[in-house]
Amino acid sequence: MTILAFDWGLVIEKLILIAVVVFGSLGIALYTTFGERKVAAILQDRPGPNRAGPFGLLQPLADGIKLIMKEEIIPTAANKWLFILGPGLAMTASLMTCAVIPWGSDIELFGRKIALQIADINIGILYVFAVVSMGVYGIMIGGWASNNKFSLMSSLRAASQAISYELAMGLALIALLMTTESLSLKTIVQQQVQGSWWNIVYQPLGFLLFFIAALAECNRTPFDLPEAENELNFGYHQEYSSMKLGFYLFAEYINMIMSSAIMASMYFGGYDLPFFDESTVAPNIAAMIGVGTLLIKIVLFIFLFMWIRWTIPRFRYDQLMNLGWKTMIPLALFNLLITGALILANS
Amino acid sequence: MQPLTNKAQAVNRAPMTFWERLYLINIIKGMFITFSHMFKKQPTTRYPEEKRAFSPVFRGLHVLNRDEEGRERCTACGLCAVACPAEAITMEAAERQTGEEHLYREEKYAAKYEINMLRCIFCGLCEEACPKDAIYLSETFAPANYTRKGFIYGKPDLLIPNPVTEASDLALARGVEA
Repeated sequence: MTILAFDWGLVIEKLILIAVVVFGSLGIALYTTFGERKVAAILQDRPGPNRAGPFGLLQPLADGIKLIMKEEIIPTAANKWLFILGPGLAMTASLMTCAVIPWGSDIELFGRKIALQIADINIGILYVFAVVSMGVYGIMIGGWASNNKFSLMSSLRAASQAISYELAMGLALIALLMTTESLSLKTIVQQQVQGSWWNIVYQPLGFLLFFIAALAECNRTPFDLPEAENELNFGYHQEYSSMKLGFYLFAEYINMIMSSAIMASMYFGGYDLPFFDESTVAPNIAAMIGVGTLLIKIVLFIFLFMWIRWTIPRFRYDQLMNLGWKTMIPLALFNLLITGALILANS
Repeated sequence: MQPLTNKAQAVNRAPMTFWERLYLINIIKGMFITFSHMFKKQPTTRYPEEKRAFSPVFRGLHVLNRDEEGRERCTACGLCAVACPAEAITMEAAERQTGEEHLYREEKYAAKYEINMLRCIFCGLCEEACPKDAIYLSETFAPANYTRKGFIYGKPDLLIPNPVTEASDLALARGVEA
């Protein structure tokens, strides 16, 4: 298997893994849109979409076909290249996050040990941060290229919101990294699998801050100011139509899935099924149980995101900034201080 | 002013306590309220499969009645058209010829009888004006149509099935109406 002194098996294995993860997340994102509508309906005593297929399960496909069939409109005054680049960038950035998420423990196939993670890089979390902050470029470029005042306002809001909350998010994470002493997501999950407690026990305040910041990063209610319908019409994707709009909406749902996966990995043990000894079953089965566990955790987080969306009204912009700068960052610093003091006391 | 009910409450303008300012507790309370709605009964009527019954006094689409032998009751007297406040009813009378006794009960009958369902306000005054019990308002409504012409209902649309020759159709129509 060594042509050009290269492990082609690794390339094939990684390509298959990438394809599975990317199309898997697209599929989940597709059904998350359906889930969003169903959850909204059930929380509001309505039946929700139930016409397309049994229980309305074909609704996302119908929506997808509708979006593709719609007319593509690029405004004449828009910057055409940036207008097309915007949704692509938003989508790429949100999909790139999945590269460092460990989906399960190693499986053995054809005598090879295959890690269920696209890239176990030792700066995993830094990579996630770098890519997540790229995501705001998609919104910024889209809003600017539309040549529409409302779109521009909305993308400015999105950018300043993302920057403000990334700070609190990063500070909350530093406290976690002080306890784990590793940036690699795989190592963090392994520690939780082997250790007796998940990280949420050590970092409850850190998790709360991270979760709130994740809501803001994903532009979800109560922080969905970039698309505030009543003041900005539809936000940064107002001029978009057809699948370009679909890409923006999709990117939002994929962001949600990825942040759920990261929260599950960092604070809730990743693919660790509690009260279950993985060494009692075959490694491949254990890995599959791990993947299933992580997926269930992701679904629970997504449900939490939706539940919050259909409960809480939107923040005002000054409230958003006050919360970000005057509450979240001091609290994150306080959390950092406490964690540092406890580590010092223990050593 | 004297309060009319005992429901009036003074607005609480006290500064928020620490726990209130945290918001989180109230947010969690709110989330439990929305969560509890997951188990509530949905008031939705799933329309095409499930239909809500009309009220017993519902006035719907008109029918032209026949007697027990299947003869049309209408004599084209025009009282319904006169009573109609929306001027939705038009008719043309004709004389019954010999050999048509099994078709029309009286010596004069309506050769043309049209109701414009777009003009009709379904007040039921035609039903009250009719001396021959010939016109009744049923318990269905006019279905959608693409053209205005489609809403002008003639005799074939309005007459009930003949109880002698089309008894099964009549039973079916009655069953649907009831």
